[in-house]
Parts: sequence; C-alpha cells; structure tokens
Amino acid sequence: MNLTTDAPIQIVAFCCRYCAYAAADLAGVLRLTYPPDIRIVQIPCTGRLDTLEVLHALEFGADAVMVAGCLEGDCHFQRGNIEARTRVERIKEILSQIGLEAARVEMFNMSSAMGKQFAEAAQEFAERIASLGPSPLRDSTYEIKAEFEM
Amino acid sequence: MTNENQTHEVVGSVLVVGGGIAGIQASLDLAEQGYRVYLAESKSAIGGHMAQLDKTFPTNDCAMCTLSPKLVDTGRHLNIELLLDTEVLGVKGEVGNFSATLRRKPRYIDVDKCIGCGLCVPVCPITLPDPFNEDLSQRKAISILYPQAVPNAYFIDKLGIAPCRAACPAGQRAQGYIALIAEGRYKEAFRVIKEDNPFPSVCGRTCHHPCEGHCTRALVDESVGIMSLKRFVVDYTLAYGREKVDPAPRTRPEWVAVVGAGPAGLTAAHDLAKMGYGVTVFEALPVAGGMMRVGIPAHRLPKGVLQQDIDDILALGVVLKTNSPIENPQQLLKEGYNAVCLATGISTRDHSLGLEGEDAEGVISAATFLRKINLGEPITVGERVAVIGGGITALDAAAVIRRLGAKEVFLALDRPRGELPAYHWEVAAVEAEGIQLLEHTTATKILTENGVVSGIEFARTAKGMFVDEKGRRRPKIEPGSEFIIELDTVIGTVGQQSDLTYLHPHFEDLTGDKQTLASEIPGLFVVGGRKTGASYIIEAVALGHRVAKSIDRYLQGEPLNQVEEMPPVLKFTREEMAQRLESGEIQLQPKFEPALLPMEERVTSFREVVLGLTEQQARAEAQRCLQCGLCAECLACVEACGMDAIDHNMVEKVEELQVGAVILAPGYQAYHAELSQEFGLGRYPNVVTSLQLERLLNASGPTSGHIQRPSDGRTPKKIAFLQCIGSRDQTHDYCSAICCMSATKEAILIRDHNPDTEVQVFMMDARAFSKGYEGYYRRAKQEYGVQYTRCRISSLKEDPDTKSLIVRYMPEFGMETTSSSTAPNSPPQMLEETFDLVVLSVGMEISPETRQLGENLGIELDDFGFCHTIEFMPVETSRPGIYAVGPFREPKDIPESIIDASAAASLAGVYLSSARGSLSRAVQYPPERDIYEETPRVGVFVCHCGSNIAGYLDVEAVTAAASELPHVVHADHLLYACSQDSTSVIQSRIEEHELNRVVVASCTPLTHASLFQDCLKRAGLNEHLLAMANIRNHCSWVHSDNQKIATQKANDLVRMAVGRVVSLEPLYKEMVPVQQSALVIGGGPAGMTAALTLADQGFPVHLVEREDALGGSLRTTYFAIPEFDTKGPKEVLDDLTTKIAENPRITCHLQCELTKTAGFAGNFNSTFRNNNGEVFEIEHGVTILATGGREYQGPEYGYGSHPRILTQSELETLLASETGLPTLSPPPEIDFGTVNQTIMIQCVGPAEEYCARTCCITALKNALLLKSEKPDCQVIVLYRDIRTYGFYERLYKDAREKGVIFLRYDERHRPQVLHGEDESLQIKVVDPTLQIPLTFEPDLLVLSMPLVPSEGNHSLATKLKVPVDHDGWFLEAHVKLRPVEFASDGIFLAGIAHYPKMLDESIVQAQAAASRAATILSYPERQAGGAIAKVDPGACVGCLTCVRVCPFEIPRIDTQVQGVGGIWGAAYIEPSVCQGCGTCVAACPAEAIELLHYRHNQVEYQVFSLFEDPVTGPPRKR
Repeated sequence: MNLTTDAPIQIVAFCCRYCAYAAADLAGVLRLTYPPDIRIVQIPCTGRLDTLEVLHALEFGADAVMVAGCLEGDCHFQRGNIEARTRVERIKEILSQIGLEAARVEMFNMSSAMGKQFAEAAQEFAERIASLGPSPLRDSTYEIKAEFEM
Repeated sequence: MTNENQTHEVVGSVLVVGGGIAGIQASLDLAEQGYRVYLAESKSAIGGHMAQLDKTFPTNDCAMCTLSPKLVDTGRHLNIELLLDTEVLGVKGEVGNFSATLRRKPRYIDVDKCIGCGLCVPVCPITLPDPFNEDLSQRKAISILYPQAVPNAYFIDKLGIAPCRAACPAGQRAQGYIALIAEGRYKEAFRVIKEDNPFPSVCGRTCHHPCEGHCTRALVDESVGIMSLKRFVVDYTLAYGREKVDPAPRTRPEWVAVVGAGPAGLTAAHDLAKMGYGVTVFEALPVAGGMMRVGIPAHRLPKGVLQQDIDDILALGVVLKTNSPIENPQQLLKEGYNAVCLATGISTRDHSLGLEGEDAEGVISAATFLRKINLGEPITVGERVAVIGGGITALDAAAVIRRLGAKEVFLALDRPRGELPAYHWEVAAVEAEGIQLLEHTTATKILTENGVVSGIEFARTAKGMFVDEKGRRRPKIEPGSEFIIELDTVIGTVGQQSDLTYLHPHFEDLTGDKQTLASEIPGLFVVGGRKTGASYIIEAVALGHRVAKSIDRYLQGEPLNQVEEMPPVLKFTREEMAQRLESGEIQLQPKFEPALLPMEERVTSFREVVLGLTEQQARAEAQRCLQCGLCAECLACVEACGMDAIDHNMVEKVEELQVGAVILAPGYQAYHAELSQEFGLGRYPNVVTSLQLERLLNASGPTSGHIQRPSDGRTPKKIAFLQCIGSRDQTHDYCSAICCMSATKEAILIRDHNPDTEVQVFMMDARAFSKGYEGYYRRAKQEYGVQYTRCRISSLKEDPDTKSLIVRYMPEFGMETTSSSTAPNSPPQMLEETFDLVVLSVGMEISPETRQLGENLGIELDDFGFCHTIEFMPVETSRPGIYAVGPFREPKDIPESIIDASAAASLAGVYLSSARGSLSRAVQYPPERDIYEETPRVGVFVCHCGSNIAGYLDVEAVTAAASELPHVVHADHLLYACSQDSTSVIQSRIEEHELNRVVVASCTPLTHASLFQDCLKRAGLNEHLLAMANIRNHCSWVHSDNQKIATQKANDLVRMAVGRVVSLEPLYKEMVPVQQSALVIGGGPAGMTAALTLADQGFPVHLVEREDALGGSLRTTYFAIPEFDTKGPKEVLDDLTTKIAENPRITCHLQCELTKTAGFAGNFNSTFRNNNGEVFEIEHGVTILATGGREYQGPEYGYGSHPRILTQSELETLLASETGLPTLSPPPEIDFGTVNQTIMIQCVGPAEEYCARTCCITALKNALLLKSEKPDCQVIVLYRDIRTYGFYERLYKDAREKGVIFLRYDERHRPQVLHGEDESLQIKVVDPTLQIPLTFEPDLLVLSMPLVPSEGNHSLATKLKVPVDHDGWFLEAHVKLRPVEFASDGIFLAGIAHYPKMLDESIVQAQAAASRAATILSYPERQAGGAIAKVDPGACVGCLTCVRVCPFEIPRIDTQVQGVGGIWGAAYIEPSVCQGCGTCVAACPAEAIELLHYRHNQVEYQVFSLFEDPVTGPPRKR
C-alpha cells in the first residue's frame, strides 16, 4: 500500500540537529508558512548522512531530498557539513548519470536563527520540485522494492 | 585559601547573579562539579547580550547556534535552579555560609505552567517597544524575551496598578477595557468591565468617576473620558447583542440571604452566586435596584439599562424576593441560611435640613421626591421651585422638576460650579435647560405663610465653614448679603445616611467590622449602618465585593481578616509627562465629549440627555489612554491561556537563600549614546547603535536580517561606523575592548548581505588585539573592502530631505578617499561625506542597577561602577567568597568572560570543596525492563497543545490513524502532553499496556525530548525507546491555513516516528572509573596557578617543567606596570613558589619532558624523561597544557647587528640592573648614562601578521620606567595602532601625559634603520599625517618583539593529539565558547600557550582550566557511550578513512583487533571521547561503522515509513 500516492509532492528533508532542525523549529515559532510537502528527518549532523540513504529516499518514493546543515565554517562538528556538501554533489552526479534531474537533491546551509530562511528555502525548493513534477521513480518504486525484497 | 581553617558549616551551593553567558558558564561549571547553583537573573530569561548578537567574531559563528545548547543545558540541569525576575538585595555572612536576600519580582505567569505557546500574544491589546530588538520593533505587554528564550515562558510587563484602577473603590480595570476599545474589541471590553463591576450600565452613566480625577492624562491635557467609554461599551453591546448570562454552577451547598437589592446587595449576590453559593435577595420595595432605581431620574439612567444589569445578576441563579422587608435577620439564619448580609444602604427616612420653616407644606426632600417620581407615586409640585444643595441629587431634582413643568427653578449651590462632583457639561446642561444657578449661595431660612412655603431667605457664602448647634457643618455667610426669593416649593438635598432603624429594635446597635463587615452575630454581615455606609454607587459595589469575599471566607472556615498584598500604584509626575510630551511620545489631543439631546426635546421628556460617544469617538478617546501600567489588566490573556498559567495578582516577594559563595556576572549596559547629543541618536532615525545594527543583521530580528534604514526601510548603500562612542573619551578613560572587532564583524556581515554597500569605519586605533583578530581585521579590509579611516569625526548632521547623514572629518593624509578632493601632496583638508546609515559603536558601561548591586553587597567599585578585584587574583572582589566576572570587572569579550566565569567557579570550589555533592540532587529511577525479547508494542500520544496543534489539525483523526498502524497497541491524545498530569498518564499507560516503545507527537524534541525520556525512565523503559513527531513546529504552526493538509502531514510524521521507534534499541552509558588527579605541563605562572587551584580543591597534581626552576616568564620580568600594579613580578613568583612548595598535593617534576601520552579523559597515562634520561609514568585524569611562549628574536630592524638595538625584555633587564635588581641573564652592555633619546618600534616580525597583544603594554611600561628613571630621556614610540585595550588605555594616557611621544607609521612605510661605521643609529620614518619624512638618531632602539609559541609546541601537539593554529599557538575547542579546552575531552590549556597575554590574564585562564578540569575530576567515574559511533571490526578493512575523516581525531587502528579476513588491525573508536557526529559512519566505504541511535536502518525506517506502513524487516539490502 502506498499511503501518499495522491500527495502531489513528497520531499524528505534531512536536517542537522544543531542548526537546520532548530531553524525549522524557529520557522514554526515565528508562524511562517511554507508548502506542506516537506517531511523533516532529524540527524545529528549532515556529515552522518550517507549517499545510499539519500538515494534510497528517492527510491522509496520521495520526489526530492533536501539536506540542510549548519552554515559553512559553523558546523557544530567542525566540518560535517562540508563532507555532506561533497556527498550531495556526488549524488547529483549519480542522478544525472541515471537520467534523473540533479536538482532533486540540494544542500542547504543555515544557522539556527534563520527560521525565515528555512521557510524560504522550503518554499523555493518545493516550487522547484513542483515544476519538475513527481519523480519518475514513483511509478517504478514497486519494482525496485520487489527487486530488493527478493 | 583552603577550607581547612573554616569553622562554620560550609554550604554546598553557589548563587550566580546574572544569566548572561558568563553566569551560564559559571553555573554549568559548578553544577557539573557537584554544587547546587542558584542562577539569579533580573530579566525573564537567561541569555544576556549574547542572545541578541547575530554572529560572533572572529569566526562569524552564529551566536544563537552556539549559545542555544548551553541555554538548554542550563535550563534543564538538575542542579541549577533558575531564579528569574530576581534581584539580589544583599548578602550577609561570610564565605562558606552566606545568606542572600532576593527580590522576586512578579512575572504574572507561572513559569512551570507556561508552555510558551504564545496564544496569549495576539489577544493582548498593549503594544510596547521591544527592548530585545533595541526598540526597533514592537512587542505586546505579554511577551517572551526572544523566540528561543530559556525558560520558554512568557512574562507580563506590568509596572503596577494604573492610577485609574487604584482610584476606583471597586478596582475597576479601566485601562484594560480602554485598551480593548482602542482595538475595537467592545464585547471583550464589556467582559472586563463586568469582571469588577456588575453594574456597568449604571456606572457608565452616573458614576462620580474618581478614576478620571486620577488619570495621568490630566497631567498632559485632559483626563481620558473613562465613564463615557464605559457607557459606550454598554450601549454597543446592548445594541449588538449582549451575551446571555448562564446560571452559575452550584458548587457549594450553602445558602446566603442578602437583604437589600441595592448596588451593594446585588453585587454581593452576584459574587456569591459566581462562587457557587445559593443566594436569595430580599427587597422591601417592589423593585430591585435600590437608589439606582429610585434615586436617579430616567433622563440620566434609563430604567431598561439598569434592568439589564439586574437581569444578568438574576440569570446567575440569584433568587429575588421583592416587597419583602426583613426586620429580624437572625430569623433568616434560623430558617437555614448559612449567612446573612444586610445591605440596605441609604435610609428612606428624610433628614432634617436644619432650617427654620422646613416642616412647612411644599418642602420635600430630594430623595423622597425622586423616589416618588421613580415609583410613579402621585406628587404635587408648584411653579416656582428652589433646590437647595450642591450634589448630583440636587442637579437631578432640579432637572426633573423642570421636566414636570415648573416655570422657574432655582438651584442654590453653596460652592462654585467647578467644585461640583459632576462634569462641567452636566452643570451647563442643567443651566441650559433654564434652571437658574445661584452659586456661592446658601439658604438661611424658609419663609412660610400659614404653614405653606412662600419663599426662602438666601445669603452669599463666605470662605470657611462653621459648626452649628446641631453639630452640622455649614458654610459661613457674608453678613448683609441676605435676599429673598418667593417660591411655592422647596426641595432640600442633604447628606443621606444609611441606618438600620428598619430592623427590630433588638438590632439597633448592630454594626459591622469596618474591614470584614462581620457583625458580632456569627454569620451576619452588615454593609451600611453607621460606620460602613457608602456615598456613591461604585463604593457600594466595592462594599458588595468585600462582603461577598468575607462571607465566602466565613463559610469556608478561613480567617476573615486576611491582608491581601497589592502591586504598587503608579504615579507619574507632571515633569515626566512634560518630558514624554516633548519627546513626541505623546501628542496633545483634547477629550472627545459626548453629544447632548437637543434642548427642545430635553425639558419636554425624560429621554436621556447625554447621548454617548460614537464608535469613532470612542476609539479615538480610548487611544488617548497613556497605558500607565503597561499591561492593562484586561485579562484577555487569562481567557486565552489553556494552561491556567497567568496570575495577574502576583506580588513581589523577598526571600532568603543560604549559599556558600556568590559569583557576580551582571554584565554591562551599552552606553546610552543619546547622551552624546552630537551623534544624533534618538534625533536622527538613521543613526543606530551597534547593538541595533546587530538586531537588524539578525535573521530573527525585526527585519529578518535585511539591513534597512529605520526612516524609510531602504537598503543603505553607504554606512559609516563611528568608533569609541562612550569609550576613550572625556567621560570614559577606558577602552571598551570589543567595539573595534564588533564593528569589523558587522561591516563584514553588511558586505556579505549586500556586496554593493560601502562601509567606512571611523576610528582612532584598530584594536584587533586577540587571537585571530588581526587576521579578521585584515580580511575585512582586503577581502571585504571595508574602509577604515583614522580620525574622530568633527561633526554629524542630517540632511532633512533624505534623512541621510552628513559626516565631516579630517582624513589622514594619503588615505584613499572616495571623493577626489584631495590632490596628492596637498595638505589635508576637511571632507564631507554623506552616509545612508551611521552606526555608533557604543562602549560598555555598568548600569545603575549593577552599581547598586555592588553597593548592596559592600564590594569595592571604581568611579564607573566596575568592580575592583584583587591584584593578580583577577576575579576576587574585596569581599572573600564573592567573585566578579565578565565586563563587570573590566570591558571584555565573550571568551574572556567565559574564562572569568570558570575561574570564579574554580575559586568557589576551593572554598566549598568539603561540601561538594552535599546539596546536589539526583533522581532515582526504577530498574529498567529488559525488552530485547519483546515484539514492539508502541504507544502513541498525540498532543493538542491547547489549540496550538488541535486548532489547526484534527488531533482525534491523527490519533485514530496512529492506532491503526502496525505495532501500535495504544494511541491517545492529551491536552498538554508535557503537563505533569499528562506525563503521569504516559507513565501509567506504559505500565498498563506493557508498551516498550513510545511516540509523542507534539512539539520539538530539542526542548522536550528530555522531558519525555524522563517519563520513560520513570516507567522502567530505556529512555532511547522514544521518538517524537514534531507536529507543532513543523506542521500545525506552519500549515495553519489548511487543516486537511496539516492533518495529513501530521499523520505522515506520526507514521514516520512509529517507523523509527520500532527500529530503536535501548542504549546505555557505561561508567568508566576516573583517575582523580591532574597533570599540568609547564611550570610558569599559568601552570603553577592551575596546579594550585586544583590542589586546593583536593586533587593531586603533577606539575612538570622543562627548566630547572618554576616561574617561566615571571623569572625574567622585573617590574610591575607603573601605577597599575603594586605587586612586583618577584612577589607574585615567590608567593606562587611558596604555596606550591607547601602544598602536599602537588608533585613537581623539574627538567622533565613528556615523551608519550595515551588514554582518554579520566584515564590518561603519560611517560616522561628527565634530564638524566630517566623515564617515568604518571596516571592522570586530565591534562592541562600551560607551556607558555617566548620572546621573538629575529633580524628585523637590524636586531643583533648593533649593540644599541635591544628587545623590550633586554631593556627591562638593563633597567633592572641599573636599579640594582639581580637579573637572571646579564644585562646588555650599555652605558645607561649615555641614553637620552630612545625609539621603540612596535609590531616587529611575526607581529606584523598577528597582534601579540602584550607588546604595546610592555612598551608603555618600559617607556614609563625609562621616563621615571631618566625624566629627560626622550622616548618615541613608532606604532601602527596602540592596542591598550580595557583599562590599559589609562596607561596610554599616562604615557602621553608623561611626555612619551607617539608617532604612527603606515604599514606600507615601515621605519628604516640604518647604522654607519661610526656606530650611530639612524631611523627614518614618514609621518602619515603630514607625509613628511623624519630622521632620528637615537641612543637606543628598542624593538617590541612579540611573544611567539614555545619551541616544541608542534611536537607536544602531536604527542597529545591536539591542534595548533597556523601561527603555532594551541587551538582551543571553540574560540568563543570553549576557550580553555581542547576538542579532545580531558585536555585543557592556559596561559601564553594559548596566546600571548598579560600575567593576570594567564592566571585567570589557569583558574578557568582548573575549573573545567574539575568537572571531570569531581567524580570517581564518568559516563561514556550513548549515541556514539561503533565499529564492527569484522567488517573493517582498516582503510583509515574514518581516521582521516573524523574531525576530532578519535578513530584509530587497533592492532590487537582482527578485521575483515582475520587480518590484524581494525578501527577502534573510544566510546568515552566520541562526539557522536557520525561523519565516519557516512564515510566508511565498508559500512563497518554505525552511529548508535542513528543506525542506517533507523534513519531509513523513518523515511520508508513515509511511503509505506512501518515494517519490521529491513527496508533495503545494504
């Protein structure tokens, strides 16, 4: 059963706990609004996120993945966000190679005080993905999963 | 210093005053060392100035990002108690046992109940400037200090009781309903009125309105028309549907009888009914309302209006019995009433006028007259009528008789009309109706003919009163002024009195207590009677409230006489108001007066004369209110709050607290630059302070981080910074130390935001004196193009059209200017430049409150209020056991404040170590349930958060959906999941349903996870079996516009959380034993101090020194700084050496070097070799690195090539030997007698790249020493910037006064040093101001060689695995917030090893390092593990990726472990030091590392569950 196939767009946002997740919290505190397509997953640091986890999110059915960490030079764990950026660039390459839009994965940097910027980033990214349309992988998710479960 | 001599009992707690970053750090240090901490903060939340900052220099770290985790840690630390809204009034006792007196200011919100949801904010009608945003934006009177505030609780800004409310006998919250009227919220305004007054209809029309008499607005123009506003609300709600009153629930069994349905009786009935009692009102007359009904004519109070109020009271369930006179109240008690209230008020008997002829026919009392009219009883009156009396009743009677057709009506007033208790227009209206006013007139006798009135003899009143034979006060009369008016009717008004003569004679002497209104008969209360009668309706209402409260207390068995504390009443002076008027805060605006009925309709009918305000008028009139109390007490917040957290009746409390030590961290206030009027702050909108700019730059500031001009919101294209505003000026002889860097930071951020914006900084010297500052300053110039101009501006003016600022200044010659007016080689001339925005870099000052604190505590302060501390004991005040930290003792930046704070914690620890742990608290949890064999049983708890979540999405639907998910065995929704009763529900549901996983769908885990984790632990579950779905911050609050979509998203988030929680496993922290001793490397002043501080706290210390004696740089320093220090370096050294020698806990190892160190925090093992080649090992729990530095001795400026070129330290040695002091090394061979002209060159060699901080001060010290040794000697200092930060500025001033010459050189034109064969020195330099080359031939050239890192720093760094920066200084964990520790746990640094610094700075840093070290040493074991990375050696190929990628250099290849294929050598991550970022996990190509709690499958389950039901199997193959 796919629970959210009728949802127009599903974006998974991996947010680091110290900055981006806190910025998303602040966006709420400030009662800002942004499109509801974004589902946030908290991770300790964007440096923790590995390439496969992002790719699998797309395979499971996400139309896009947002990776949001601290400002560069300001990582709580010193340089996890730099590692993450490199990884996101690599993922973009992979996506291009398999014929998927590289724009479906993006790295964002923000401080915990940047609630407004989180909302803006969410807004812009959601608009970008809406214009790209649902991921072509959506239709094939069943096959992919079947393949994995074999 | 140690606690061994103390005789009294030592209290194991510390009071920290000030919740800024310094106070926070001191609190955390002490709490982690086992002390109980009380953190007193005068504001409503902790965070201080740092919370206001956008970024911090020199790393541009986000201030909130770095501060916020510390705030949360402080807020939830078991051993830190936050005392918010608290001031310290005094401290008695002595170190180890102080008693502190605290003033706890009312916050009006219960911090424990408030959940920070903010529902109260939109309903608050009062808008105030927001001081957190430096008044650049507005907030409500109910507010939170800042969005991330800790505690996350609101406060109410209420100064006290507004004068209008204080003046009202019933305490009517006038400011409250006025504020609501101003917003057009009339129905709510009506609610507020009713809160204090059940007769709004009456009091809006007939009150004597003492409120208006006390209205502050009267000091400006005219009082606010409070009564008209009340009437407006009544009329409005009547016209647009007054809300139906529901019966009050009967919650109490007792019945109360109220005798008398006047204002007092009905108010009492109203209150008692609302309290839940049964109430019966007995009224002798056929109608209810008392004098309101029968004493006031309809043209002033329409009967229907009054009836509305009475009906509302009856609707509560009050039973009314009219025509029911009561003679024996005791009978009612016998009949079963539990209490009786006599509220019969004014007597119906007529009182004597005291005039001759008053018994004649045609004389009637006004009360009787009005009663008969109002009850419709027949009455005959004549055509010529006089009304005697000066009250409202007289006016009423006159107006009524006019309406009844009297031809001529005279109204005799014994006072001028202005003194009547009526509005002037009310008097004018009566006059306009044709009634003749006889002012200053009193009746002397009534003339009669055959027992019928024929006229009155009047007389003019004179000044003063007399008492007649009947004891009445009467006005004196002017002799001979008598005159007679012929009349046929006389209506007399006399003071009406209440009495109880209607009662059975048995009760004739019945009286009620003045306060409690209780009579001698238990259960019988008396309102009225001889002593307690009321004159005005509102007073009667007040009595009604009072008697109801008394009766309630009586019935509840409580003492009747309870003193209720009240907040202070506000009173403003005419001067204050004049000032606010002048500042433009208040504008003159006369009162809006109500319209009156046209004259022709008035005298022919009983229609209401006063027509009331229109809506537009009412709102305008309401906006005239000055909001004296700030909070208006409209109670709208109380209605909105779902947590019952608001209590407007809180009052200030004074409390005592026992503590062992006190740390003062009250911080600074920014200089009020309005006082320097020449800079236009407050007058010119586009002049802002550096703190205001900080808020403008901040993403959560008033402009969301967009820099806008306050005047027009435009982005400024040209910005000027003016430095040293309130520093280094006529009134401040110190440097504020932070402003140069903060301006540089702000300039960089401005250029970051808007690269087109030009920034120019006007300054005297660039004081970039600390680690990384010079590089930052250079980057600002070179990379960001910030322009620095060395001058003080000569004037600043505003262009009135554009509101831009015109700055006039004298540029330094040769500087590049944007205007091309200066041709090369022409003398400098005054320039004028226009800027869109001017920023004043305001300095640090001590606030009057802080000064008061210092005075209250009896500690020494200087003229500016800065705290005096003991020489070379930098944080000790003049009173033992009281410490001062942060800018309170000298202007300083964040890391230095943090160092101070830790140092103070250390010193407090020295005194209190015997009581360590005695007051700290710990929670006992039940044993944990083993769930490994259990299948997941998930409980989901969905929070309404009042309406914060439930208002925007369907919580029930989310709960229902959750209950359908696999593994979910229980789903429930809770009103407030975080409330205490809800957490107990969760706890009992865990037990009841044998849940082994919990999902809480509520707010953010960042603030609330620990709360629910605690709940799991209490129920015997591992706390890591919790997942939270953030359906508030990430859902309901951001998708409030679409309930369907928000509900759907909440379902998704809950499902994802269930997916995650199912995959979670218990996590444990293991306890690792701690070697409770320290290793200190380096035996200079820093190392010695650190060793002593730890040893004094009871920890054994090994002090290792490379040289053959302790002392380091102190051994080659011979002089104190003149007029700065009194203690010489030798004294300091001797003192330290003696103490170390005497301390049995310190073992010194001289001439030893570290060869190897292994282990981790709590368990280090280090190997040393001494100069004999002997090797030994030391086990230690912590390492403090204090290896110092050395003086640079490079070839710059000809050093080493000429005997008369010296370093500063060589000069000091020369001076020492000249004064006969023994020197460690031989002095330079120079004949001191021949030294006349001396030149010093600053910024030599490496100091051109980084500022070595101490060189300026050292040069000035030596210059002054030279001057005092040889006053004729000319000393010339060639410098780039003089960086005498903080109080060292006084040294600079002193040097200039003593004749030291300062000559600046440009870094592009360094001084040239030449020396010929004749051994003479020649120095050439270009004067940058005059652009003239100068040549000197000095006798001595002294080079201010900077301090450079010690030799061997790099190899030591490798051995300890700690980093050094590119200049070779050891690099701390975080430049701002962790200045004395390394990123690797358990290793700390102090002194010059960190960066060049002055002796007292090294000492304080050493004490700070000792404090941080003590947080580890204080416990015999420490926790390790938790959410950390773990290697599966069986999958590890030993590729070193993790070793390379870890930011903390923690993974290593353990050769004792077998990896893939049984090959020896696999990665090992030490659990006690892993930071848990997971960078290695993502990088590991073999997927051999997992981050616990964020395992691959745990992250992926959560994502997978967004698309599918949560499953138990792995979502994918790896």
